[in-house]
Amino acid sequence: MKILVPVKRVIDYNVRPRVKPDGSGVDLANVKMSMNPFDEIAVEEAIRLKEKGAAAEIVAVSIGPVKAQETLRTALAMGADRAILVQTDDEVEPLAVAKILKAIVDEEQPGMVLMGKQAIDDDSNQTGQMLAALWGRPQGTFASKVEVSGDSVNVTREVDGGLETVSLKLPAVVTTDLRLNEPRYASLPNIMKAKSKLLTVKAPADYGVDTAPRLKVTNVSEPPVRQAGVKVGSVDELVSKLKALGVA
Amino acid sequence: MKTLVLIEHEGGQVKDASLATVTAAGKLGSVHALVAGEGVEAKQAAEATAKIAGVDKVLLASDAAYAHMLAENIADLIVPLMADYEALLCNATSNGKNVAPRVAALLDVMQVSDIIAIDGERTFKRPIYAGNAIATVESSDAKLVITVRGTSFEKAPIEGGTPPIEEVSGKGDASLSSFVGCETQTSERPELTSAKVIVSGGRALKDAATFEQLIVPLADKLGAGIGASRAAVDAGYVPNDYQVGQTGKIVAPELYIAIGISGAIQHLAGMKESKTIVAINKDGDAPIFQIADIGLVGDLFQIVPELTAKL
Ligand SMILES: Cc1cc2nc3c(=O)[nH]c(=O)nc-3n(C[C@H](O)[C@H](O)[C@H](O)COP(=O)(O)OP(=O)(O)OC[C@H]3O[C@@H](n4cnc5c(N)ncnc54)[C@H](O)[C@@H]3O)c2cc1C
Repeated sequence: MKILVPVKRVIDYNVRPRVKPDGSGVDLANVKMSMNPFDEIAVEEAIRLKEKGAAAEIVAVSIGPVKAQETLRTALAMGADRAILVQTDDEVEPLAVAKILKAIVDEEQPGMVLMGKQAIDDDSNQTGQMLAALWGRPQGTFASKVEVSGDSVNVTREVDGGLETVSLKLPAVVTTDLRLNEPRYASLPNIMKAKSKLLTVKAPADYGVDTAPRLKVTNVSEPPVRQAGVKVGSVDELVSKLKALGVA
Repeated sequence: MKTLVLIEHEGGQVKDASLATVTAAGKLGSVHALVAGEGVEAKQAAEATAKIAGVDKVLLASDAAYAHMLAENIADLIVPLMADYEALLCNATSNGKNVAPRVAALLDVMQVSDIIAIDGERTFKRPIYAGNAIATVESSDAKLVITVRGTSFEKAPIEGGTPPIEEVSGKGDASLSSFVGCETQTSERPELTSAKVIVSGGRALKDAATFEQLIVPLADKLGAGIGASRAAVDAGYVPNDYQVGQTGKIVAPELYIAIGISGAIQHLAGMKESKTIVAINKDGDAPIFQIADIGLVGDLFQIVPELTAKL
């Protein structure tokens, strides 16, 4: 089985995002960028499935600017076999990303698409579900365990009440949650090896997908800032403050 | 505008998050509510939904295929119904997040996720970058598909409505997926997303036994829900559904007590709308103190038992 792993280049999770003063967006100039953490988990899971013999080939895909090649090289260094960059400088919304991925799925015919449950920049949590819909295949979202057996996969999902397990017929889309695995670091030799792995560059138009946004972002603003309050010196003081507020 | 709300229910009761979503839908226009499920529970949930103030009509889809909110089956049920509606609103909960984008893609609509405010018929505010920025977005799609952040809208009253209940049916089982089982704790504790008080513990709690020993008695004293940081969940102190944050639950209680939690942006994203935040941390420079209303610097292993005893 082939596994397709979409990855997105996003602001590093350790960076505190700053809103541009003109309200046009978040300032990404000279900011550290990395692979979306959930996508790293997806790459790792695909590699583990390959190591277990459940997958034969891992294809990493990214839709984004030329610099997204770095993100793809990271996936290749971790253990993906080859990569596709659908290059564009435009912001591509989840629906359009899902359409491009659907076109790639039609070409590549993977048995599974493993991807992050959300990107930590737009926090949409949509793309995997949308791809599954367009593909007419089942979805296992927010996965904390993935077990392939024959022509189906059991996915344990992190849900509001705890954990839930569903069985999906393959091919299927699985989106990862935080506790699925701990992604490996690429070793230096593997980083070197990744440089010679195949990375194909395409454009959204090659797949006939219109990426014009459906949602117009009219403003991006800072959230209301919460002021720090007081520090108290003892438990007694804390208790009397809580009592004064009527919350304890 | 005619809106359809996907109701979440359990044991015949409507979930609080759905009450907030009904309120959000009411700001856009008339509200029809879809209850999908199986048998007596679904029927009871439909009857409970019919009582919610502001619901103009209830659609009940009862079929074994709808018992577990499998996205494949529920999306197939909703898509044809949307011929009569201009907007679908779901909760920004694990169920809503699972189903809504599947419907949106089938309708060729770009979903608006996790709205916190409605600025106009097609204009919404939503947090991005773990709540470090608020985007105002305007949809140009023919129909709207929206998920609603429950803590940002008042809950619709659960008495007052008397609308009709109409039975609807769909394709049933899409034969793509099936429910295998679940591991959910039933507890007497208030649900995190609707608790008035939350006591939340972080990595500093050491292990599951210590978490239990220190956090539970304090929570009991306060009648509180229990939350945790990702680090505490990853380390196995508590189950995943305790996690508060960007990728966990979004909470906004009257009182949030963060114990041994540093205050990473991903954690703050889930709790900074709380009315009063108390932080207990031995590091006076921990970022949690930048947003805490009341901070106490010190060793939680001494502070927490003392606090529990004195409350
Ligand atoms: C993609 C992604 C998503 C994430 N989503 C979430 C999320 O939804 N929710 C979330 O919480 N995190 C999330 N995180 C993780 C987040 O970045 C932090 O790692 C996590 O919140 C840290 O948890 P903590 O505060 O318990 O641990 P730490 O940061 O290790 O903090 C422990 C704190 O305890 C204090 N302490 C230690 N001993 C004592 C003592 N004896 N008495 C008092 N204080 C003590 C320390 O001073 C420290 O401040 C996410 C990360 C990523 C990459």
